[in-house]
Amino acid sequence: MAELLNPRLLRNLLPAFSLTVLLVLIFYLQPRAMSYFGLNLLLNLALPIAFATLAQMCVMAVNDLDLGIGAFVGFVACVGATFLRDTPALGVLILAGCVVAYAALGFLIHIRNLPSIVVTLGMSFVWLGLALLVLPTPGGKAPDWIRAVMTWKTPLFPFTIYASVVVALVVHLVLMRSSYGTVLRGAGGNPVSVERAGWSLLKAKMTMYAMAGLFGILSGVSLIGLTTSADANIALRYTLLSIAGAILGGSEFVGGRISPIGAVIGATTLTLAGSFLSFLRISPDWQIGAQGGILIVVLALRVLINRSEKR
Amino acid sequence: MMSPAGSRFERLLNLPWIWAYLAAITVWLATIFYTTGQGSAQILSAALSFATFSVIVGIGQMYVITLGPGNVDLSIPATMTFAGAVSMKIIDTNNAMILPGLAIAIGCGAAVGIFNYGLIRALRIPPIIATLSSSFLVQSAAIAYGRGIKIKPPPMLADFTTWRIADIPVLAICVMALAAVMSLVLHRTVFGRSVTAIGQNQRAAELAGIPVNFIRFATYVQSAVLAALCGFLLSGFSGGASLNMGAEYLLASIAVVVIGGTSVAGGFSNVSGLWGAAMFMFLLVTMLNTFGLSAGFRLILTGLIIVCVITLAGGRRRI
Repeated sequence: MAELLNPRLLRNLLPAFSLTVLLVLIFYLQPRAMSYFGLNLLLNLALPIAFATLAQMCVMAVNDLDLGIGAFVGFVACVGATFLRDTPALGVLILAGCVVAYAALGFLIHIRNLPSIVVTLGMSFVWLGLALLVLPTPGGKAPDWIRAVMTWKTPLFPFTIYASVVVALVVHLVLMRSSYGTVLRGAGGNPVSVERAGWSLLKAKMTMYAMAGLFGILSGVSLIGLTTSADANIALRYTLLSIAGAILGGSEFVGGRISPIGAVIGATTLTLAGSFLSFLRISPDWQIGAQGGILIVVLALRVLINRSEKR
Repeated sequence: MMSPAGSRFERLLNLPWIWAYLAAITVWLATIFYTTGQGSAQILSAALSFATFSVIVGIGQMYVITLGPGNVDLSIPATMTFAGAVSMKIIDTNNAMILPGLAIAIGCGAAVGIFNYGLIRALRIPPIIATLSSSFLVQSAAIAYGRGIKIKPPPMLADFTTWRIADIPVLAICVMALAAVMSLVLHRTVFGRSVTAIGQNQRAAELAGIPVNFIRFATYVQSAVLAALCGFLLSGFSGGASLNMGAEYLLASIAVVVIGGTSVAGGFSNVSGLWGAAMFMFLLVTMLNTFGLSAGFRLILTGLIIVCVITLAGGRRRI
């Protein structure tokens, strides 16, 4: 029993707890949501948001913040709906270039000791501009294979649920269980000791930024699989959503404390927040407000848990 | 031995805010070179008008950033929108209601600021997260309250905010006076010095007897109040309060502070650079427009130039 009340365990369980509460409330308000079709509708957009949240989490792990991820996801969506369909080789090349660009951002930020907020805000203009060049007006068409994957009718549960679980576990294994993953997180937690132990902080930061780029790409590609067409502004709100999702999932803003499983759960919680409101018949005007509210409530619960830890 | 002139020149280049002005002048010269001098005065006048609003929010953001790493106010756009919508709706294009409306806008700002700092203190979360979460709520409140319509300003406010004497916007002069006062406050008063001291070393400031909590509280409230004031004035200037009017001011408020020569690490800031940086940001867009670039290229170049400026400036000023 004492172990059950262990603050550390409680803190790790908090994201799952908030998601469960929200799901129970939704099912209570609208029992019909508790079906394959209902879940599919509810969680439709969860996967792209989860990927964007993982991208944000990677950057947070090295004590930075990416305020350009939303614009980046939008750019990827535009490339996905044009080049990736018409000239797949060129499309893949562009996306690979994006990962390199993100690694280069990490390089620049580390070498010149720059504030990530300003650099990534500046980059958000670059991504948005590039997206407008690729696709000046909303349109394009997602490649059929992406569409097929994203609308795959899996048995028992919708595809989003399987995909989220797999992604969360894989990232968990890489970042939380592998030895280099520990070094990567250490680069955020205690850079001095990681450097003294002979690891390159620059390499760690570039790796994390490259991973952020990779997840950003996955987010954009999965997004067009659902929307079928793209638009430069399609994902601008992902920037704030991804930060909120990562924090909801138990990642901390400094100190390399992250949680990939939590991030995926946090993103799912935020996705559900909107549906919850509509089931309560509250105007969608309050949707982002509800997301902010959930964020504050979860953070408040975390404070309570931390306080019990000190006792 | 260096000649006195040389050393004076060097001292000038070492001023943290000089680069913003040099950049602004360079961009302006490039623009009028391209237009062969046509409209050079109008461009400056327009730049003054638009820079005014970035400077107002920039002052608040600068004080917050001076508090040290992790201190940023992300709720500025939401506060602007909220204060603009609420005050314009209450004024209801009635000139007599302008002053009460202003008071209400400032009240909205103060409320957001108090809420922000309440979150920072009560939840012990980094200010970025606190101001982000509260901005969600405030933005939502603005959407629900404004109902997506552009709420018209009273004629007198619209006239005042667009009033020019000999092509010089009067509002810009008012905000220059405000900036001068805030500069004095920063460098010459106990409050300003305390903000800087906290940014340099919060622990030392606390041990020296500075009421750290109160100073931080006041700084966040001040930032939100300035954002509200900016939302109020911008509603008059741009023909009404709209729901996305604050959007571009998130980047603008942070960029003018950093380009203006304030250290992002905190504890080292100046007000004068804000004007140079705000002029630079506007003149840059004007230049790219004059060159006839498409929206895409314009955004890319704006972004790249911001990244370049911060790369050049950021490393140099690290303390």
